[in-house]
Amino acid sequence: MLGSGIIKGLAVTAKNFVGSYHDPARMVTEQYPEERPKLPEAYRNFPFLVTENATDPMGTLRCVACQICEKECPPQCIYIEKSKDKKPDATGKPQLYPAVFAIDTSVCMSCQICVEVCPFDAIKMDQVFEVAATNRFTGLLLNREQLAKPNSYFHQIHPTDAHEVDTRLAAERKAAEEKAKAAAAAKAAAAAAKPATPAPATATPAAPKPAAQPPTPPTA
Amino acid sequence: MSAADLSPFNSPFAAGTAGPSVRAVKDPFHGDLLEVSMGPQHPSTHGVFRMVVTLDGEIIVKLKPVFGYLHRNHEKIAENTSYLGSMPYTDRLDYLCSMTTNWAYALAVEKLAGQAVPDRAQYLRIIMAELTRLVNHSCLVGFLFNDLGTSFTPLLYAFREREKILDLFESLTGSRMMCNYQRFGGCRVDPTPEWLAAASRLVDNFPRFLDEYETMLTGNEIMLARTQGVGVLDAAKAVNAGITGPCLRASGYNYDVRKVDGYGFYPRFDFRVPLGAHGDTYDRYMMRVLEMRESVKILQQAFRDLPAGPIMDPKSKLRGFRPKAGEAYGRTESPKGELGFFLVSDGSPNPYRYRVRPPTLINLTLLEDMCLGHTIADSVVILGSIDIVLGEVDR
Repeated sequence: MLGSGIIKGLAVTAKNFVGSYHDPARMVTEQYPEERPKLPEAYRNFPFLVTENATDPMGTLRCVACQICEKECPPQCIYIEKSKDKKPDATGKPQLYPAVFAIDTSVCMSCQICVEVCPFDAIKMDQVFEVAATNRFTGLLLNREQLAKPNSYFHQIHPTDAHEVDTRLAAERKAAEEKAKAAAAAKAAAAAAKPATPAPATATPAAPKPAAQPPTPPTA
Repeated sequence: MSAADLSPFNSPFAAGTAGPSVRAVKDPFHGDLLEVSMGPQHPSTHGVFRMVVTLDGEIIVKLKPVFGYLHRNHEKIAENTSYLGSMPYTDRLDYLCSMTTNWAYALAVEKLAGQAVPDRAQYLRIIMAELTRLVNHSCLVGFLFNDLGTSFTPLLYAFREREKILDLFESLTGSRMMCNYQRFGGCRVDPTPEWLAAASRLVDNFPRFLDEYETMLTGNEIMLARTQGVGVLDAAKAVNAGITGPCLRASGYNYDVRKVDGYGFYPRFDFRVPLGAHGDTYDRYMMRVLEMRESVKILQQAFRDLPAGPIMDPKSKLRGFRPKAGEAYGRTESPKGELGFFLVSDGSPNPYRYRVRPPTLINLTLLEDMCLGHTIADSVVILGSIDIVLGEVDR
């Protein structure tokens, strides 16, 4: 019968219309500004820099200004200037730090490649999405003070990821400490053994070169 | 195939006023032809696409597609970026189905570098590609009905289902549409068992949505009148023009890269390739619906057989990736047709040449042939049934 297809279609529409008042499967609209969206843990938008200590964010940046992310960033929105001096990092090893670290978030496409290539777990993806600025040129150009966020914030937004990073870093630090301790012990042993065996210099076994070893961490 | 079938196409540059279906004008009140520029800001052109249409009354006698409004130098940018760096740009080619575009690019680079992909990653790729096919086709049928004039209800029903899949993508990859999921030699994140269970549940419920959708629309008399016999494309012409994907199969020509090439693990899956008979807009619509049903079958097999194991080739590396000199062409059956990437490497970190074979640009070339003799309102429907995405047409 002509028109039966239309009537069947209208029945479906009516079912959906009624369902949109009581059936949870058909009530899909979120009342956004009042009802905040539940972001999945993996959600990513714009990178931020991880700092170890919230009270001294600029002193404890994990970033060592190696500029790998700057080189790999597809839209080239990262700008880094290396520092002239070195500061001790979390393990006490003197490292460079970024004197300037800027991300133009109006160019950034949140692709996460900077995070994937960073060997120091220093840059991670943020979850901000209500970003607006009143200045079209500098408002979205974030400098390192604006980008730096503490590790606790990272734990808050990506708990699984942050836990994994922390365990790995702790293991690395422990290994570095033990290596340093072993090196120091070997050095001390070599120093103690030296006066006891006054053999010619060519015959002594090659002692570990102090320059190649990370120095013992100073007490924080 | 006779000689007549191989006649030259109505090129956009040739004088097209003498098309096959220009009606004989005997009316004494008949006026002049009218040239209308439709687009690039027309809501029915699916983006910034422009058609210069010559009309005789309401009948199209000539149609010239104009594109390039969304050109953003994709290929040249990729030649100046590292191999990994162009991966997020491929998301933005066909922004409705980033997963398949990622896969096509990863496939080309893996061919170039001779990398292997672990089994689990192969299965995950198929899961993502078929979920993307569901996303794309449900979008397409929704938009097609929007073009037909059923403003918004079918589109929103389709978008409701699409949104569920996009939520899955978001919880896995971090982004709804710009997934950036594939890597050379595997995938970026491993889905949790909860994610797989949720995806499997969604896929099992998907046929119910399709049934409801078809009850609502497939038998609708207005839809049948508007689509059957409209925009007929015969198989010989389609093959000559290089049309691929559901548009070609709607004309009755059996060509599916998943079957022909058997890339990935597709040969392990049991699925059929739906074929049309008339090559009209209705067949192109049904092709999408039937392909979604086949995708559901593939997905159910993939969830059943998904092996455990690593998702990345341990030999692959993110930084300092330099494939040896050579060239490779990787192609996939994207939801819109054959999507291929042709790469030439000279051993440096950037590709020497990077070329995309976009399905939608090539599918658009026969738009004039499909539209001639139909009304201007039908041209919108025909364009909608081709399924274009301007991000891929213009690159």
